[in-house]
Amino acid sequence: MTRITVTVDGQRFVDDVEPRTLLVSYLRENLGKVGTVVGCDTSNCGACTVHLDGRSVKSCNVLAVQADGHEVTTIEGISTAGGLHPMQQAFHECHALQCGYCTPGMIMQAIDILTDNPDPSEEEIRAGLEGNLCRCTGYHNIVKAVAQCAAAGKGGE
Amino acid sequence: MIPAAFEYVAPTTVADALAALAEGGDEAKVLAGGQSLLPILRMRLNAPETVVDLGRIEALRGIREDGDALVIGAMTTYADLLASDLVREHAALVHAAIAEVADPQIRHRGTIGGALVHADPAGDVGAPVLALDGELVITGADGERTVAAADFFEDLFTTAVGDGELLTAVRIPKHTGWGAAYEKFVRVAHQWSIVAVAATVRMDGDTIAEAKIGLTNMGSTPLRAKAVESALAGSAATATAVGAAAASAAEGTTPPSDLNGDADYRRHLATVLTRRAVLAAAGR
Ligand SMILES: Cc1cc2nc3c(=O)[nH]c(=O)nc-3n(C[C@H](O)[C@H](O)[C@H](O)COP(=O)(O)OP(=O)(O)OC[C@H]3O[C@@H](n4cnc5c(N)ncnc54)[C@H](O)[C@@H]3O)c2cc1C
Ligand code: FES
Ligand code: FES
Repeated sequence: MTRITVTVDGQRFVDDVEPRTLLVSYLRENLGKVGTVVGCDTSNCGACTVHLDGRSVKSCNVLAVQADGHEVTTIEGISTAGGLHPMQQAFHECHALQCGYCTPGMIMQAIDILTDNPDPSEEEIRAGLEGNLCRCTGYHNIVKAVAQCAAAGKGGE
Repeated sequence: MIPAAFEYVAPTTVADALAALAEGGDEAKVLAGGQSLLPILRMRLNAPETVVDLGRIEALRGIREDGDALVIGAMTTYADLLASDLVREHAALVHAAIAEVADPQIRHRGTIGGALVHADPAGDVGAPVLALDGELVITGADGERTVAAADFFEDLFTTAVGDGELLTAVRIPKHTGWGAAYEKFVRVAHQWSIVAVAATVRMDGDTIAEAKIGLTNMGSTPLRAKAVESALAGSAATATAVGAAAASAAEGTTPPSDLNGDADYRRHLATVLTRRAVLAAAGR
């Protein structure tokens, strides 16, 4: 067991974990943060996307021990006291989900896109979502939601 | 799946990492960004007893100038490289190729050193480093040695980095003012290169004074298209002239045949992509 100290969604956790524990398993099984989901076994789908020190990563492809001393934000940590995060609101308004399985990862990656580039073109949004697969929507409304959130000028964290 | 159990060490200096590797012997594995290694461990294609994480070694991360070269620490991430003005200015080909690697999440974690040591023939990092005449700094118990990129890649997934050694830095001779383009051919988003061509050119007015071309996935290692390079030196940067030179892009290559395409198809792709990459690098 290795002792790790991680800040997740603003709260500090100290835990003993097996080094082989994936960050996504730690979030879901140790902390109960089941908002972050696993959609594949190959690090392709992006459903497990979270932010590590403010940048998007696939939490199935990071070990919990690698996050020791760092800060993690999951889909459960982005809403504000006032309600949904602007990106969540935009997904809601643009009907950017059907089954919703890809949505936590999509939203975390969409926020990351706007961190770098507050005013992305449609092409840049599509490229920014390259590592996130959606089997339902055909992506169209997802791209619209990201553009709408960007246009409102409040996309990044 | 999750990996088989292993001991984890996260040293903060290269010396401690080398000591941990020596202690672990055959059963120790280096962890860099983990974007290739963790999928391998999760599929249990490998089950090391010890994992030595380089992620806490600050000295291995960063980009600096050293005379007429850039020195890039092995643990510098793709995202760091893409954000670097030094790389854009002096090694535009590295910028162009890395922008095409995987997806943003993987580019936040994956490192230049990990990509080079992993040495997947379809990987996008080897060809630009080879084309720019890069040198690899390898550190072991006996100190440091420098290996030219041309000698670094030995075979599929095999490099000059020996057991108990680390790749610590990548030296790229400055190619200031050279135009660059990376033409990557894939059928779906987020795919590994079926074939890709890395081209960088030094222009003299409308003439290509010098060209350097690296090929991805045209053999078991990254390759140089030397015949094209010679044909382009002093050539006009026109579609006809570049197309004629690019016709020999597949000379001496041994591309694989797989579900994405057979070897002949790849040879054809190499000529088309070389023409496009050279013209784009020349600003045409
Ligand atoms: C879904 C997906 C898509 C991808 N698509 C692409 C793509 O399109 N193009 C592309 O080029 N790559 C792609 N990759 C691979 C990615 O580029 C990896 O990040 C890279 O190959 C490995 O770098 P890393 O830092 O993550 O290394 P790791 O995975 O940590 O290590 C890779 C190997 O190198 C060894 N190693 C690492 N660093 C050192 C060092 N300094 N010294 C000695 N040994 C070392 C490790 O022991 C291991 O064997 C993809 C990966 C995934 C998961
Ligand atoms: S579960 Fe992490 S990328 Fe699919
Ligand atoms: S909404 Fe079903 S996978 Fe995207």
